[in-house]
Amino acid sequence: MDSKLRLIQQSLNTRYSEWIREALDDLPDNFTITDPSISGHPIVFASRGFLKMSRYSREEVIGQNGKIFQGPKTNPRTVMEIREAIREERGVEVSLLNYRKDGTPFWMLFHMRPVFGKEDGRVIHFVAVQVPISTKQRRNGGVSLSEDGSGLNEVVFGSCRKEVDSDSLLELRRVLSLDSGSKVLDIEETCKASDFEERRAATAFNNILSVLTHCSELTGRLVCGKRCSVPGAGYVSSSLNISLGRIKQSFVLIDPHLPDMLIVYASDAFLRLTGYDRHEVLGHNFRVLNGVDTDTSTLHQIKESIQTEQACTVRILSYRKDKSSFWNCLHLSPVRNASGKIAYFVGVQIEDDCKNRDGHGLSPEMRQLSAVGAVKVAVRTSSISAGSSKS
Amino acid sequence: MMLRIKRVPTVLSNYQKDEAEETARRSGGCGKNCLRSCCIPGAKLPLYAFKKVTNTQSEKGVRGNENKEPPVAFLDSLVLGEWEDRMQRGLFRYDVTACETKVIPGEYGFIAQLNEGRHLKKRPTEFRVDKVLQPFDGNKFNFTKVGQEEVLFQFAASEDGEVQFFPNAPIDVENSPSVVAINVSPIEYGHVLLIPRILECLPQRIDRQSFLLALCMAAEAGNPYFRLGYNSLGAFATINHLHFQAYYLAVPFPIEKAPTRKITTLSDGVIISELLKYPVRGLVFEGGNTIQDLSDTVSDACICLQDNNIPYNVLISDCGKRIFLLPQCYAEKQALGEVSPELLDTQVNPAVWEISGHMVLKRRKDYDEASDENAWRLLAEVSLSEERFREVNALIFEAIAIGETIAETLLDEPDTKTQSLEIENAITKSSHRPMVAGTHECLVLQ
Ligand SMILES: Cc1cc2nc3c(=O)[nH]c(=O)nc-3n(C[C@H](O)[C@H](O)[C@H](O)COP(=O)(O)O)c2cc1C
Repeated sequence: MDSKLRLIQQSLNTRYSEWIREALDDLPDNFTITDPSISGHPIVFASRGFLKMSRYSREEVIGQNGKIFQGPKTNPRTVMEIREAIREERGVEVSLLNYRKDGTPFWMLFHMRPVFGKEDGRVIHFVAVQVPISTKQRRNGGVSLSEDGSGLNEVVFGSCRKEVDSDSLLELRRVLSLDSGSKVLDIEETCKASDFEERRAATAFNNILSVLTHCSELTGRLVCGKRCSVPGAGYVSSSLNISLGRIKQSFVLIDPHLPDMLIVYASDAFLRLTGYDRHEVLGHNFRVLNGVDTDTSTLHQIKESIQTEQACTVRILSYRKDKSSFWNCLHLSPVRNASGKIAYFVGVQIEDDCKNRDGHGLSPEMRQLSAVGAVKVAVRTSSISAGSSKS
Repeated sequence: MMLRIKRVPTVLSNYQKDEAEETARRSGGCGKNCLRSCCIPGAKLPLYAFKKVTNTQSEKGVRGNENKEPPVAFLDSLVLGEWEDRMQRGLFRYDVTACETKVIPGEYGFIAQLNEGRHLKKRPTEFRVDKVLQPFDGNKFNFTKVGQEEVLFQFAASEDGEVQFFPNAPIDVENSPSVVAINVSPIEYGHVLLIPRILECLPQRIDRQSFLLALCMAAEAGNPYFRLGYNSLGAFATINHLHFQAYYLAVPFPIEKAPTRKITTLSDGVIISELLKYPVRGLVFEGGNTIQDLSDTVSDACICLQDNNIPYNVLISDCGKRIFLLPQCYAEKQALGEVSPELLDTQVNPAVWEISGHMVLKRRKDYDEASDENAWRLLAEVSLSEERFREVNALIFEAIAIGETIAETLLDEPDTKTQSLEIENAITKSSHRPMVAGTHECLVLQ
């Protein structure tokens, strides 16, 4: 947990000047900032206004995923829209039902946008502004599509109801309580924000972005609201990062297309196992794990499996950062993207001594394979060409 | 008249191929390590026992999940791990991750996959498409004939209310376990089959218990991108042995993006809506006080359709919280020669995945030319007409209302358990004819 909190601290500190938190806290709006590169895609900053609105303390919110504010009546389709926007690294604006700490629900306009690194075009953070929607709003009862629900014709419903009625099953009508309007609902099913709230969200976002941009100028690691360069080779998209971050096992991704087959992703468990920091392995060759007694014929075997695009399992002596060694049961497998081409090799490590076989959980070998499976799914689906959905 | 279509059947098991050579064998082990009495004694398979969830909403509690970690993560560890293991053992007919796939530009983003390997080496077979319910035929291929290596694990409700995992559990023949097996012709990574009470040899026909099991599996996976599907006979099921399909594809399906319009909320909280702006007409079920409420309502609707000989498909989405029910008539049209040759040429069989917007295409040309328009054109052929859909809805609502009435009637009864079972059975049997006398009797009871 400690190391995660450290990552969360660093998330803002490495990009922005030291008074970033104060500067953000001076803004009156409700907003949160998340870091997609940290596993669990946690909130790394929550504004005073947001905490007041949600009635959580800062400690309760930092490190959590934004979904903790959802509840039984939160529309899953809306959540899906947010999820898709994150996957496609674009903005989204939806009305969303959330819950305060005490369990009371409230409607808000959720306005989320990515923030990019200027030099490499990567998504650095997501910013979400949450504007509460005043309760006096007009609503569209019964239609779960907030954007255009009001325009739907009554005919569909009317004729269906008539059909049932025409069977003169009066009991039916009663039983089914077809007059859903007669039921008093405690909370509206949908809610549409007004132009005022939309403008407020947009303005708030712009203010936040200018604080971020300004504070990033001071560190020289600039961020911007529009992607101004296309990420180059070795780039793992934020959506892939989020998916990979959920996988608990120790693994790395190697890009076989880069010269020297560099590591482009390392899981938290890998860092724990080897003692390295992320930046010490990303962009480095897999060789960092080798040492004096590492068997060269095994290394050869690994090379060959990569060349022939085959999976392989080897037992190899690896070295941690502190030079201590361990027997590493390494499984390597090619991973294909949505076009069916090999995009990466995944290497999953198990420390041989730690193979616990208590007979209850899955065997270490099976867990290793499940990591391979989860990586394959993540890579394949994050590379399905996006941009087709409405934004 | 009997309606038949010719199509290339999808091979779901490696043991399906030699169906022709299949001859009756005596016990003593058929040498294939199958799941019949010849090979099952002493056989062991992993057993995953899931915790019964009672509340549909419980999973997303406001203050998060305080539950302790289960011994095995169902989807991420068990399904994917076992699946990858079978992949490395070479049990699949092709590597599905080597199949190209893309999202087609358009409002809903239909998903296209080019899968040239799925239908190779199979001759077209005749399928009867005008009978949704057909008796189980032990001579034909069924899942008791798959090799045990194709079975990933047994799936059952936990007895002590906690998730349990046994890496090596004996197969309890008496209690006919439900199992999860691989589909050797996967259309995405993790494509599996859920076969409820496999040894009971149930025909492809929804019943309340089996449907609840499918919902539990979706809930257990806990991932909105792991969906289950069902095809009835006449709606492109190929094997008449009760099974659901499931796979993992981490993009939303077009059907999930389509707007809906609420028709009604039942007394147990189940909300029934109608799909709008989607090429296939269908109903959407969600909510409900318990997962069982939701499951029973959908099952009753399915039972009504199959009893009325209406082919249909079901998609279980969003961790079992949203269910799409789609009556269809494509195979019937095909048998009657009413489908255009261009559509038939694509050889796309519009089963549940295609209807949901995941198009598996067999020809490079179709893949390259895949467009929103083509997807709509195909799916429009699948849909019932507006008029027929209204009629079918009336049947469904009637069937559901009967279920509801009974539930209400029994609320006042002290000893509800046994009674409800009896009445349920009575309804299932008599619902061949809509407007059963039973309804009125129940109402009088009130
Ligand atoms: C910057 C940011 C802030 C978010 N804030 C909220 C929030 O306040 N309330 C909420 O319901 N979801 C919020 N979310 C969305 C969830 O974190 C999550 O992305 C969404 O539930 C879909 O992903 P899931 O499949 O993990 O649930 C936020 C997301 C981001 C990127």
